[in-house]
Amino acid sequence: MSTADSPLAALWERDAVKIGVLLAGIYLAYVLVGVVLDYGVRGQLNSIATLTFYVALFALLSLALNLHWGYTGMFNIGVVGFMAVGIYVMAVVSKAPATEAAAGSVGGLGLPLWVGVLAGTVAAGLLGLLVALPALRLRADYLAIVTVAMSEMVRFTFLSGTFQRFEVGGLVIGFGGGSGLLLDFGSPVEQLFDALFLGGVYDGLVGLTGTVIENNPQPVTNGLLYGALLLGAVGLYYVVLGRLGNSPFGRVLKAIREDEDAANALGKDTKAFKTKAFVLGCALMGLGGILWYMTSGAITPNTYRPRLTFFIWIALIIGGAGSNTGSVMGGALFAALLFQGPRFLQSVVNNLVDVEAPSTFGQALAPIAGAGDLAPLGFYVIDSVRQLQLIVMGLVLIFLMHRRPEGLLGHRKEPAASVELERRPDRETPYADGGETDE
Amino acid sequence: MSDDPTAETAAGEPTSTSTVDSAEHDENGPDANNDTTVSVEREPDLRDDDAPDPEEVPLRVDGLRKEFGGITAVADASFQVEAGTLTGLIGPNGAGKSTTFNCITGVHEATAGTVTFRGEDITGLASHTVANRGLVRTFQIAREFGEMTVLENLMLAPGGQRGESLWRSVLPFVRDDVVGQESELRERCWETLEFFEIDHLAHEFAGNLSGGQRKLLELARALLTEPDVLLLDEPFAGVNPSLEERLLDHIHELRADGYTFLIVEHDMDLIMDNCEHVVVMHQGSVLTEGPPETVRKDEDVIEAYLGGDV
Repeated sequence: MSTADSPLAALWERDAVKIGVLLAGIYLAYVLVGVVLDYGVRGQLNSIATLTFYVALFALLSLALNLHWGYTGMFNIGVVGFMAVGIYVMAVVSKAPATEAAAGSVGGLGLPLWVGVLAGTVAAGLLGLLVALPALRLRADYLAIVTVAMSEMVRFTFLSGTFQRFEVGGLVIGFGGGSGLLLDFGSPVEQLFDALFLGGVYDGLVGLTGTVIENNPQPVTNGLLYGALLLGAVGLYYVVLGRLGNSPFGRVLKAIREDEDAANALGKDTKAFKTKAFVLGCALMGLGGILWYMTSGAITPNTYRPRLTFFIWIALIIGGAGSNTGSVMGGALFAALLFQGPRFLQSVVNNLVDVEAPSTFGQALAPIAGAGDLAPLGFYVIDSVRQLQLIVMGLVLIFLMHRRPEGLLGHRKEPAASVELERRPDRETPYADGGETDE
Repeated sequence: MSDDPTAETAAGEPTSTSTVDSAEHDENGPDANNDTTVSVEREPDLRDDDAPDPEEVPLRVDGLRKEFGGITAVADASFQVEAGTLTGLIGPNGAGKSTTFNCITGVHEATAGTVTFRGEDITGLASHTVANRGLVRTFQIAREFGEMTVLENLMLAPGGQRGESLWRSVLPFVRDDVVGQESELRERCWETLEFFEIDHLAHEFAGNLSGGQRKLLELARALLTEPDVLLLDEPFAGVNPSLEERLLDHIHELRADGYTFLIVEHDMDLIMDNCEHVVVMHQGSVLTEGPPETVRKDEDVIEAYLGGDV
């Protein structure tokens, strides 16, 4: 359906190109700012790694959410609960066993990292099944209430003293309660390379980074490699969910979104389809949670507040629910502009000028009244970027809902079929008139 | 469960046999051009012809009752639909036609009574199960999948699609199988679109169609599930006369191909002119049934439905 008239426009029609151009633009902007500010190579690489981290994760999670909301119309606002279950189960499975029970330390089962990742993903899927069984009878807003309640239940469970530490078969394990869990399983990147017998390649890459960074190149390399790994995961999600969507399965999901009763009347067991889609989406969210937090060193339950769920929702809405390409673009835009952007801006300003932020809003306003000096207010704003960020996100959300509820690529014709739906070229035309309808 | 129909249904029985022996491809069908590619290879004569019941009377409703709280929407409805007929279900507003429909197709659970389809008790089955058995309905207000294209709407309908299994749709190699089936399906859907003369709308969002076109789409979609009996809930409501004519032509044509129809309709004349058998409902139960000529003259019907004036 390419209606493009120039080759360039035809190129733009391709989804991969759209994503590529957007990512290139984002990276270019970040690098340019870095160059202007004379960040140095290390700073540049770190900023790129951080950016990639968030771009990829928001893309991953909005892809998973798109399966629920964009395709099937299931209003899941408990995303963060599935992420938390993913990373917690993964942590318990892969942490090193506690050596001295008396010291109060909480250990894990000490299984390899990949077992933990798998277990965490499966656990998130199982929780999804548990929620789906009673909740998928519910429609729209009621499902939303159940899922958000579930995500809070998950958080309080991990927070509770009951599950803080307990003994299973001589091993002291647990969720660590309010003090959380230390993730003591080393760098996943190194382990991945070792597992693939590519330890030499890894050393080579560290050496390569070492040629541009003199001191301690390993963390920077790890950050970059982990970013690349995450981008690979985005690619995988994109392909799998794309195939899923462009198939009869995805077609039924879309039909459920449009009118579940009508789909039922055509002989589709909509409950079974919804359950499958829900469980798969939850498992993917669990994996997203694992990938997000497995390198963070430690996890505490209160990280997993509903706020995170809404970040992912905003990302999906920016991109356009219903489109996988849109989900990736929305995730990238959200991460670059709304999530990481303000923090980046803050560090830019901090680098540029000596920020002397007043400690209260009143102190920030007073100089304006006095000498018309706007600087203190500016400093105050920069200093409170993390708080203001939420306001900006809210405003963006309101603006989108008002002006463009379908997002970047929503409401786009993306026929769900594994084949091109064009008419076969050699068909005979029994109805020559092509069929005039009424009106 | 399959004891004799009530006295009312028995009364209508002998008169409505015009097309009973499962008209394959003969008679009737006013201007049926039989080259239609829509009619899937169907085998109406799965069972021996002598066994009268399930084959000649695919759909049977016995003593159906439905209460909503204190309100009895359907009191005691019993009727049957014979194979290869156009059966009309009429009655004034609130007579319980739509509720009866919903009970038959599993949308509502009947309070009492049985629904028998092709010799099997289907009372209380989920609506997707009922549809998969070959009893498919359309809705009073067309329920197209608005944000899907017309062609997608059609591609959804056929049963037994291998790609509806999650792992098949994703995994390499087995997906080729899905693609193969989809290509065949696409042909069938294009043919159906051509049959209903809406092929120029194939890539349009279904939500952009006019009311009449939606009705066509819904009928086409229901047809692609390869049903034995189609239940049409007011298929002509809100349809302009010329399109109504076309819809009727299609229905007659399909009937000639061996499909069976049960049509709920308000328009008395339309039912009288087109159906072989008419069931009249009033206040939740079947008032009378029979061929149009008989029903038209029935005192009770005139009294209840037409207010004493034909």
